[in-house]
Amino acid sequence: MTLNWFKFASPASFYPIAGRLIPVFWILTLLLLAIGLYWGFFETASKLGGSNPQKEYYRIIFIHVPSAWMSMWLYIVLVGWAAIGLVFNTRLSFMMANAVAPTGAIFTFLALWTGAFWGRPSWGTYWDWDPRLTSELVLFFLYIGYIALHSAIDDTRRADRASALLAIVGLIMVPVIFWSINCPDPNQCAALHQRSNLTRIDGNILFSMLTMTLAFWMYGFAATFMRLRSIILTREAENTWVQELLNARRQA
Amino acid sequence: MLRVFWCILSRDLTLAMRRRTDVLTTLFFFVIVVSLFPLGVGTESKALQIIGPGVVWVAALLASMLALERLFAADYEDGTLEQMLLTAQPLSLLVLAKVTAHWILTGLPLVLIAPLVGMQFQLTDNAIIIMMLALLVGTPILSLIGAIGAALTLGLRGGGILLSLLILPLYIPILVYGSGAVEVSRIALADTQPYFALLGAFLLVALIFAPVASSAALKISLE
Amino acid sequence: MLEVTKLECRRGDRRLFTDLGFALNAGTLMHVRGRNGSGKTTLLRTLCGLFIPDEGEIRWRGESIRALAEDYRRDLLYFGHTNGIKGELTGLENLAIGATLDGDRLSEKAIWDALERIGLTGFEDLPTRMLSQGQKKRVALARLILTKAPLWILDEPFTALDVDAVALLQSLIADHVAAGGIAVLTTHQEVPLTSGQIEQLNLGN
Repeated sequence: MTLNWFKFASPASFYPIAGRLIPVFWILTLLLLAIGLYWGFFETASKLGGSNPQKEYYRIIFIHVPSAWMSMWLYIVLVGWAAIGLVFNTRLSFMMANAVAPTGAIFTFLALWTGAFWGRPSWGTYWDWDPRLTSELVLFFLYIGYIALHSAIDDTRRADRASALLAIVGLIMVPVIFWSINCPDPNQCAALHQRSNLTRIDGNILFSMLTMTLAFWMYGFAATFMRLRSIILTREAENTWVQELLNARRQA
Repeated sequence: MLRVFWCILSRDLTLAMRRRTDVLTTLFFFVIVVSLFPLGVGTESKALQIIGPGVVWVAALLASMLALERLFAADYEDGTLEQMLLTAQPLSLLVLAKVTAHWILTGLPLVLIAPLVGMQFQLTDNAIIIMMLALLVGTPILSLIGAIGAALTLGLRGGGILLSLLILPLYIPILVYGSGAVEVSRIALADTQPYFALLGAFLLVALIFAPVASSAALKISLE
Repeated sequence: MLEVTKLECRRGDRRLFTDLGFALNAGTLMHVRGRNGSGKTTLLRTLCGLFIPDEGEIRWRGESIRALAEDYRRDLLYFGHTNGIKGELTGLENLAIGATLDGDRLSEKAIWDALERIGLTGFEDLPTRMLSQGQKKRVALARLILTKAPLWILDEPFTALDVDAVALLQSLIADHVAAGGIAVLTTHQEVPLTSGQIEQLNLGN
């Protein structure tokens, strides 16, 4: 593990970098949120769809779709860091996976919550056992399982590795679960969600949706790095650099 | 290889025979859970026929879940599991043998008692046969996937609850197709074939990957 | 035969030892000493391959033990804090299963003899949960008589044993080392050797 790029894999050198990046990500988050929300509210059509159009309420799409995307992306990010941690035995990757999980869970919850509110006027129900809804719920369970397993194990090393393995198993199972819910009767398949097709979407709607997604990404970075910094401090508490940092803080 | 597999299998079966109550509790748990539903939902035979397959499968999921907690726990406490990790045998082979023994003790009895609970739900003879077949293919998958969770939660406080939190979501495909097969058999028997093809495919995949994942989990838990 | 280089282990977020290195040749006994919590057990478990070190490498006959995997474990006998025997099974059954898993084909006669030598005549056919603490430990130690593994890693093997058993175990270890084996142990008992050498390793400050 003496490769050069592993230098940043040490918590001690990553801690200050993350500290410098956090404000940048916050500024970008606010900026992109402002643009995305403005565009979503004022520059897009007030109706969506053809013969039976959805009225103003469709605008929840600008929160719902980006958070649903984020929930899935962040799970893949989590599994990626977990897998790197298992293979290279780098502690920072486990901390990263650990820091991503709550943000992912929050986005999953947000997607479910906004989905319910969107479902009420458009489908006439808060909840439906639609494949995507159900899969999102399962994804939420996976996040909760990851966090629960990690916090149930006292030994951080075992906690890191065990929950990493769980996350990987979860990732393998997600497509199977999605498919089984999507197609409960293998003799015939159907789904309630309309097929989404990005190219058919109106340019303004697409723009604000993508801007919001970017904003959520920036928020994801900011929140993850903040959490990561506190995880690093707790876990490295006995190391000299943390002690020096604390002393410097006390004197200031 | 076969000798080692057989050695662990017969060891676990012998152990269970010297402590019979553990086997019976799972079975009775299954029967009791299933019997509670008609009392709660009402005893009208139409309704029972509709919910029957799902109820039996959910009960099977929970029963195998409960039993899984003990899969590695006893061996973990007395240190025999640690010794297994240090033998010159591939750990996944030992895990597979243990899971097989576990299924014979907790999964197979559910298959055999299925006609009895099927009758409680007024299921037809065909539906009962399909249910037994579906359980026969499905319960080993439950044991195999569950073993991963059992290995991960080894020796933890409140491990049982945690285990169900981790593993139950992963059981969804088996639940969907297992109860789906029984559901469909009430209408057209021939339509059950794709369900069994899928369950069979799941079983094969689980047989290959689950022991590997479980042994990785055991190594992590025993560090 | 057993080489350890630049070993570093952490337990939780605490560093137990760092930059640890030693090499053991055939016919060596190594005493690992240190206060409670200095990492003796972790070191032994790392040597077994149960615990993956944060840094460093362990080599057996020149090859990394992680690469050797099962081939290394065949050469290894570990005796930990737990006895590793099932209470519901008899001593005979316990040892027979252990031998099968180690890939040895032992006759029942060999196991009877081992149990007799360890001082359990008359208890061979009882479920081991009926036995006393010391007797259970003797069942577990009978593996030392049956095994062909050249590397023994023993964590506090002398606790809960009476004077006779301690003497027997000392002679077993001495014979093993004299025959060209390696033994690594944590203990407060001295093992007198007639041939071979004793190394000391102190963990902690």
